Amino acid sequence: MAKVILQLGALTCPSCMTKIQKAVENQDGVSNVKVLFNAGKVRADIDESKTSADKLSAVITDLGYEVLKTKVKEIA
Amino acid sequence: MIKLNIWISKHQNKMTAAIAVLIALSLVSDYLIKAPIVATGAMIIASIIGAIPVALHAISALKNKVISIELLVTIAVIGAFIIGEYEESAVVTFLFLFGNFLEQKTLEKTRSSVKSLTKMAPTTAELVNEDGTTETVDVDDLDEGDRVLVKPGGQIPVDGKIISGTGYMNEASITGESTPVKKGIGDKVFAGSLTDNGTITVETTSVGEDTTFGKIIELVEEAQDSQSPAARFIDKFATYYTPAVLVIGILVWAITRDFPLAITVLVLGCPGALVIGAPVSNVAGIGNGAKNGILMKGGNAVNSFSHVDTLVLDKTGTLTTGKMSVTDVDNFGDKTENLAMLSAVEKTSDHPLGQAIVKYVADQNITETPALPELDTVKGQGLMGQNDDFKILVGNERLMKANNVKISAEQKAAINKRMNDGDSVVLMAVDQELRLVVGVNDQLRSDAREGLQALKDAGLKRIVMLTGDNKVAAQRVADRLPIDEVHAELLPEDKVTYVKKFQEQGSTVAFVGDGINDSPSLATADIGIGMGTGTDVAIETADIILVKSSFDALAHAYVLAKKTVANTKENIIIAVGTVALLLLGLIVGVIHMGSGMFVHEISILVVIFNAMRLIGNKSQKLDTDQVLKTAN
Repeated sequence: MAKVILQLGALTCPSCMTKIQKAVENQDGVSNVKVLFNAGKVRADIDESKTSADKLSAVITDLGYEVLKTKVKEIA
Repeated sequence: MIKLNIWISKHQNKMTAAIAVLIALSLVSDYLIKAPIVATGAMIIASIIGAIPVALHAISALKNKVISIELLVTIAVIGAFIIGEYEESAVVTFLFLFGNFLEQKTLEKTRSSVKSLTKMAPTTAELVNEDGTTETVDVDDLDEGDRVLVKPGGQIPVDGKIISGTGYMNEASITGESTPVKKGIGDKVFAGSLTDNGTITVETTSVGEDTTFGKIIELVEEAQDSQSPAARFIDKFATYYTPAVLVIGILVWAITRDFPLAITVLVLGCPGALVIGAPVSNVAGIGNGAKNGILMKGGNAVNSFSHVDTLVLDKTGTLTTGKMSVTDVDNFGDKTENLAMLSAVEKTSDHPLGQAIVKYVADQNITETPALPELDTVKGQGLMGQNDDFKILVGNERLMKANNVKISAEQKAAINKRMNDGDSVVLMAVDQELRLVVGVNDQLRSDAREGLQALKDAGLKRIVMLTGDNKVAAQRVADRLPIDEVHAELLPEDKVTYVKKFQEQGSTVAFVGDGINDSPSLATADIGIGMGTGTDVAIETADIILVKSSFDALAHAYVLAKKTVANTKENIIIAVGTVALLLLGLIVGVIHMGSGMFVHEISILVVIFNAMRLIGNKSQKLDTDQVLKTAN
C-alpha cells in the first residue's frame, strides 16, 4: 500500500470535485480518496499491485485538469 | 478529445476574450455599420467557441454520472442556437465563462491565507553524508535518522533534534511567535522555522507531512473543505437541485410547448451562488484564523464555537504561564547578604519554587553566593543546615515552628499577607532569627484580562475557571480577571463533571486547556480549544488550536467564528434571493436568458466579495511575507 498525493491546478467549481472524486474512486485498487477542493489536492491510498500514481494522474488529466506534482509514500 | 480538453482548459481565458471581441464586433456591425450578416456571423462563431469548453466539461461530468451546471448551460445554449437566438447563446456562454474566470481569480484571493502558509513549507535540505560532505536534496527524499546541515538564515527542513551547534530559531511559522528562541544540542527543532544565526546539524525525526508544520497545513487544508452543517445541507441540496432543474425545464417544454421558455428556465435555475456561497465564507474565515495562529478544524468547529455561551478555563498553564516567579520579598537585615544566602540554598534544589527564587536573585544582580554548611532535606518542610558558625533554615512556617524560630508580629503580618494573596511562602531563618519572607506564585498571562473582557464584549455569557489548585490561590487569580465562577481543588475527572453539568443546564461549552492533563475535558466540551505550542495531543483532541498561548488570539477566534457564521448566512440569503428574484422576473416577463445569466454571475461575485471581507480582519501577527523574505 502507498499513500498518493496529487497537487492539481486550482479547482474552481465544486462539481469538478465530485467528478474527480468519482473518477479516481472508480479505479481498481484505490481507497480513501479525498479531494481537497480549496487546496487543489487529491489524496488516496493505492494498492501498488493494481494501480500506480501515474495512472491516477492520467485519469485526472483525462478529465481536463492539470496535475502539477505527484508524491508517493510507502505505508506498511 | 483528451488533448483538446487540456488545450481548452489552458486557453479558456483567451477563448473568453475572443468571444468578448466577437460580441463587441457583432454589436458594432449591427448598430453602427448596419451589417446584420456580419453581426449574426460573429454571434454564431462566438457561440460555437463558447459552447465547446462548457460542453466538454458537461460531458466529462456526465461520464462520471454527475449532472453539472455546465450541462444545463450547454443544453440551453444549443437550444438557443437551434431556434436561431444566436445573440442569446453567445452572451450566455460568454457570461458563464467570464464568470468562471472572475470566480477563479476571486477564489484565489479567499484561499491566499493558506497558500501563503503552504509556501513556507521547506523544499530542499543539505544532507550530510557519512563522509562529512553535504549535498542538496529534495526534502521528500529524506528519511528518519538523516543528518541535515542548516546554515545561518536557513530554513529548517525537517523536525528533529540538534546534534551539533547552537542558534536562535524563529518559529513564527509554527507558534506565531517571532521572537527567536535559543536552541542547542539535544533541543527539538521544527520544520518551517528559520535560524536567525548559528550553524546547526539536525538529526531527522520526521519529514514532510509528518512534521508539526506538515500536520498544521494538512489540518488547515482539510478544515477548509470540511463544511458547516448549513454548507453541507446546501451541497446535498445542490446535487438534487441541478438534475431537478433539468427535469423542470423538460416539463415546462412538455406542458407549454414553449421552447425558449424551457431553455431560459435551465439558465435561471443554475445553482451558481448557492453552491459557492457557504463554502467560500468558511474558506475565508478559516484562512484568516490560520494566518493568526488559530487553527479551526472545519466548518463544524466554526459553527459550534460561534454558539458558545460558556467558556471554561483551566488555571495552571492556561490562564497562568505555569512558570513560577517571585511576587514579593520582605527582608529583615542585610538584604543582599540574605538573598545571596537564600539563593545558595535554593541552588541545591530543583523544586520549581527554588528555581524561581534563584532566577529572582540573579535578576537582582546578586551573583556571589556564600559557602554553606551541608544541607539536609526535612520532608514537607524545607531545608536545614548547620556548621560551627551558624544554623540556616529555608522552608515553610512549619519548619520555623519546629525549630523554635522567633517570629515577630510584623513578620507574622508579612507572612499572612503573602498567604492571603495565594502565594506559596518561602521563609529563611539564620540562627533562629527570621530574615526573609518570600512570596512565589504562578504568573498570570499578560493578556488574560483584556482577552477575557473582549470575549465578554463579543457576547460570551459566562466564564468559569476550574483548577486543581487551592481555593485561596484560585480566588486570587479570579479576582483580577472578569471571571464569573471559580471551582478549585479539582481532579481532572471533576473538571469533566463540571463541563457536563453546564451542558445539562443547556449551555454550549467551550473548554480551554493545554491538552496535557485535560484532554478528557477538551473532548467532552462542545468545543475543545487547545492552547499551547502545538503538542500532538492538543492537535488531535481539540477542535480549535491556538498555536500561540494568547487570550488575544482566543478572543479573535471567537469573533471570527461569529463573523464567519453570519457571513455564511448572508451568502445563503443572497443566493436564494437571487433565484427567487429571477423566477419572479421570468414570470413577470422582464428576465431573459442573457440577463438571467448576467444576474447569476453578479450574485456569484457578490457572495465571493462578501466572504472576502473576512480575510482582512486583523492579521498582522504572523507576517508570512517577512518570513519568506528571510527564508530566501
